Amino acid sequence: MGRRLRWRRFVSNFMLAMTGVCAGVSVLVLFLILGYLLFNGGTSINWDFFTKLPKPVGETGGGMSNAIVGSGKILLLASLFGVPIGFLGGIYLAEFSGKGTASVVRYAADLLNGVPSIVIGIFAYSLVVLPFKHFSALAGAFALGMMMIPITLRSTEEFLKSVPRMLREGAMALGASKWKTIATVIVPAAYRGILTAILLALARVAGETAPLLFTAFGNRYESHGFSQPTATLPVMIYTYAVSPYEDWHRQAWAAGLVLLGLILIINILARTILSRGIAVPRS
Amino acid sequence: MPSAGPVGGSRSFFSRLRDGDEFARLVTLVFAATVVLITAALVWELWINSVLPRQKFGLHFFVTQTWDPIMDEFGALPFIYGTLVTSVVALLISVPLGIGAAIFLAELAPPSVSDTLQFFIDLLAAVPSVIYGLLGVFTVVPLMRTVIYPLLNKPFGFLPIFKGPSYGVGFFTAGIVLAIMVIPYIISVSREVLLSVPRDQREAALALGSTRWESTWKVVVPFARTGILGSIFLALARALGETMAVTMVIGNTPKIAASLFAPGYSIAAVIANEFTEATGDLYLQSLIALGLALFLLTFILNGLARLLIVVTTQKGSGVAA
Repeated sequence: MGRRLRWRRFVSNFMLAMTGVCAGVSVLVLFLILGYLLFNGGTSINWDFFTKLPKPVGETGGGMSNAIVGSGKILLLASLFGVPIGFLGGIYLAEFSGKGTASVVRYAADLLNGVPSIVIGIFAYSLVVLPFKHFSALAGAFALGMMMIPITLRSTEEFLKSVPRMLREGAMALGASKWKTIATVIVPAAYRGILTAILLALARVAGETAPLLFTAFGNRYESHGFSQPTATLPVMIYTYAVSPYEDWHRQAWAAGLVLLGLILIINILARTILSRGIAVPRS
Repeated sequence: MPSAGPVGGSRSFFSRLRDGDEFARLVTLVFAATVVLITAALVWELWINSVLPRQKFGLHFFVTQTWDPIMDEFGALPFIYGTLVTSVVALLISVPLGIGAAIFLAELAPPSVSDTLQFFIDLLAAVPSVIYGLLGVFTVVPLMRTVIYPLLNKPFGFLPIFKGPSYGVGFFTAGIVLAIMVIPYIISVSREVLLSVPRDQREAALALGSTRWESTWKVVVPFARTGILGSIFLALARALGETMAVTMVIGNTPKIAASLFAPGYSIAAVIANEFTEATGDLYLQSLIALGLALFLLTFILNGLARLLIVVTTQKGSGVAA
């Protein structure tokens, strides 16, 4: 074996090993994050965190029950706003639209998907906060819902289009009208993928902080209804982490653990629904 | 069902309406139109709400260094500088690492290993930015101050970029956190693009006597070059618009400093910090103008990225066919 060939073999093996190191490092980061959060969050979390309101500034103890409820409220409202628009718009794209309109809608959705979340926050502020003259859960939900639209829309379209032609033709041959075919054959055939996409969209906006800073704002008390400033977990993590108080840092870790745990669970759930095909009951 | 004619256009409007088709079409059309409407409204609101700084400063807004709310003087340069510097640092770290990992996943790892690792990478992409910020504040910032700064400052301190004291927070810290955040995007997209390179390209290179690495680096990667570039643009767009993690570790000081260890500011961070406190229309509108600039920048980058990725994957399938 010549020296040149040996050298080339060495370079090959070395570089390929390096790519493995790159992959290893990237995945290791995830486990470092998880481990660190589990350690710091796990030692800080307690029952008070889930059940108590925040204590006044400077006092130790208290929890984030209002932020947990607030996050849930805003996410629910955001889904009610974003999912129907994305889902029905996706049906239009996949089933009804001509080429021209479809490309306009698709382009708009892609554009919306790339907008930095802080800019979405500015938009929600000028559209919802300014007219009502105060921060509200509604404004936060509007911002998050907007971010759910493009993901839901594009994946609904993709999954509807991937339904085999034969199903479609079979239904139509039986005399079903087009919308009946869509509602009873095509959407049920694609529901698994669409559900996954909606869950992933939800998981993504659940951790969004920037668009909530000046829409939902924050609140140290329980907020009632949808028209008051509302505390959310991500914003609480931010304010507590940059605060100078030791006990707030502890609670930020606990909130981080809860938030990340929730998001990863939704993610894993969504991906299992898609790949393994867990039977989701449907009527 | 009474309708007789073929399904589709030739039946009368009223018969289709009775069957519900036309109704369904109109309803879904309304929702699809809402998407376009919201997007248009977003651009419109940003534009009309940033008219004051446009009138008062014009394009000087982007080259002025002063950011003085009390004197009503607003210039975006320190924020643009901070955004660009942190993004460049992030790309310098994440691009080699991400592409290396993508090569491993696409070329070397057996499918089951590759899919498992990709699953973890997807989870990494799902970690919200405020969590990165949290870890940044409590782990990367102290690490930067006690380990990385002495390591770089002692031997390379004569270079302007590593000069000066370190407070832990600053451009470099923000860049590192951003790098970790965008790596999953680079890996996922580059892996897809690499996988779409036709088999015969690899086999031809191997048959000509190249080593595994040579076939990968000199044939497969160049073939996928534009798509990989697309993934980098995508990552850059993410990094530019990233808010929370950067806000928490960049130091929030509107200054332009050559040293990477100096504290700085970014466009997204200044909006996040000062928006709710902005008193006066010009102040608020200057922040919105920054938002508009950020929007346009990411808009252009995303468009380019999409174009490059589409071009490459089509090239792959075109040759294979």
